[in-house]
Amino acid sequence: MDNYEFHWNVVFDAFPQLLSGAFTTIHVSVLSMLLGIVIAVLLALGKMSDSKIFYNMANIWIETARNLPALFLIYMAYFGLGAYGIHLSPYFSVFSALVFINAGYLAETFRGGFQSIPTTQYSAAKSLGMNSLKVYRHVILPQMFRRIYHPMTNQFVWSILMSSLGILVGMNELSGETQRLQSTSFRTLEFFIVAAVMYFVITKLVLLASGLIAKKVFKGELS
Amino acid sequence: MNLFTPLSWNDSGFILTGIMNTIYISVVAIVIGTILGLLIGFLRAESNKSVNMVLGGFLDILRSVPLIIQLILFSTYVGAMGHPLSPFIAGSIILSLYTMAFMSEVFRSGFDSVPTSMRTASRSLGMSYLQTVIHIRVPIGMRAVFPSWLGVALSVIKDSALVSVIGYMELLRTGEQLISRTQEPLMILIGIGLFYFMISYPLSRYGKHVERKMAI
Repeated sequence: MDNYEFHWNVVFDAFPQLLSGAFTTIHVSVLSMLLGIVIAVLLALGKMSDSKIFYNMANIWIETARNLPALFLIYMAYFGLGAYGIHLSPYFSVFSALVFINAGYLAETFRGGFQSIPTTQYSAAKSLGMNSLKVYRHVILPQMFRRIYHPMTNQFVWSILMSSLGILVGMNELSGETQRLQSTSFRTLEFFIVAAVMYFVITKLVLLASGLIAKKVFKGELS
Repeated sequence: MNLFTPLSWNDSGFILTGIMNTIYISVVAIVIGTILGLLIGFLRAESNKSVNMVLGGFLDILRSVPLIIQLILFSTYVGAMGHPLSPFIAGSIILSLYTMAFMSEVFRSGFDSVPTSMRTASRSLGMSYLQTVIHIRVPIGMRAVFPSWLGVALSVIKDSALVSVIGYMELLRTGEQLISRTQEPLMILIGIGLFYFMISYPLSRYGKHVERKMAI
């Protein structure tokens, strides 16, 4: 601590901007998660389908999403597509990269969750006189949801943390906002410490909420 | 004067440096992270609630703050304190700690997966505490978590791209510099992506293969 003086005032003055950055972070993570879930269901169905075309399409998406760095995919959306004359905004490039990756990871989660339920349960429910819709509604999906709940929470937390890469393409989420604020005030350390604390708090709140919801929905029967 | 020059074969050396640097920092982080993670994981499996709370809290911070913020924060901090570190050293330290945070959870569950009866059995055969750890708990526990370990290692290779933010010349950053010189983003990015894919895909396939073999 020899020659560095902390000046927190400038950070507190900029707190509203940081909060709006945090809001954008949550915004982009929630939206990318929701769209990611929809696509992941389709990908999981594709990966389980007998059609070679659907299987391969789903497989290519899933493996690309799982084996490339998130930052690379953001650059691809931001710089790469520019070569085709498609210029995405920073928000949209981060959003699309997150959707792409979330869908890939969640697809495998969904497929694993679905396949973990023995097919005998399906036959058993059928023999009790349930139709297919009822079997899924009352037997398969509730169990599956229980199994994919934790991985989904983790993926959501991952999205929140990875949206911080927006800093590198000039997006105005929490990290980007922090970067912008510190570059005009030169209080780099103070701003990034506050940003780190904010990320920590957001993550913990999400995990807390997820735990409470799990308690309420699953009534302690989480597998 | 032409500001932009096209991509040429002379650039391959530059890209190769980036590839080597990516591999280099990933290996360093994986090795150090694994060793520290093994120690911390063992400590967590062995110790009581209060020690676990302190350790868990520290690991929680590493896991809940984005890596990119950790990198910027650490390198600014050491700079502001008057001991600036090279991007490689600063990057290795943070990436190793980050790896450790994930590895320790993996190893902890590995240690927990060894049944207590097995430990008691080995002790009753006359093994000392240390022998039990070295010959029974580490080999059996670690085998069970190998696929998870590989998963963490793969994510470290991918996350090593973030070290570019503090100025380390890894693959993605060399690509970025080539892009700003040649203005050919698509081709360079596709080349870089292929490289990441070539490292990550076979390893993830292998991990799945091992997982399947262990499940049977």
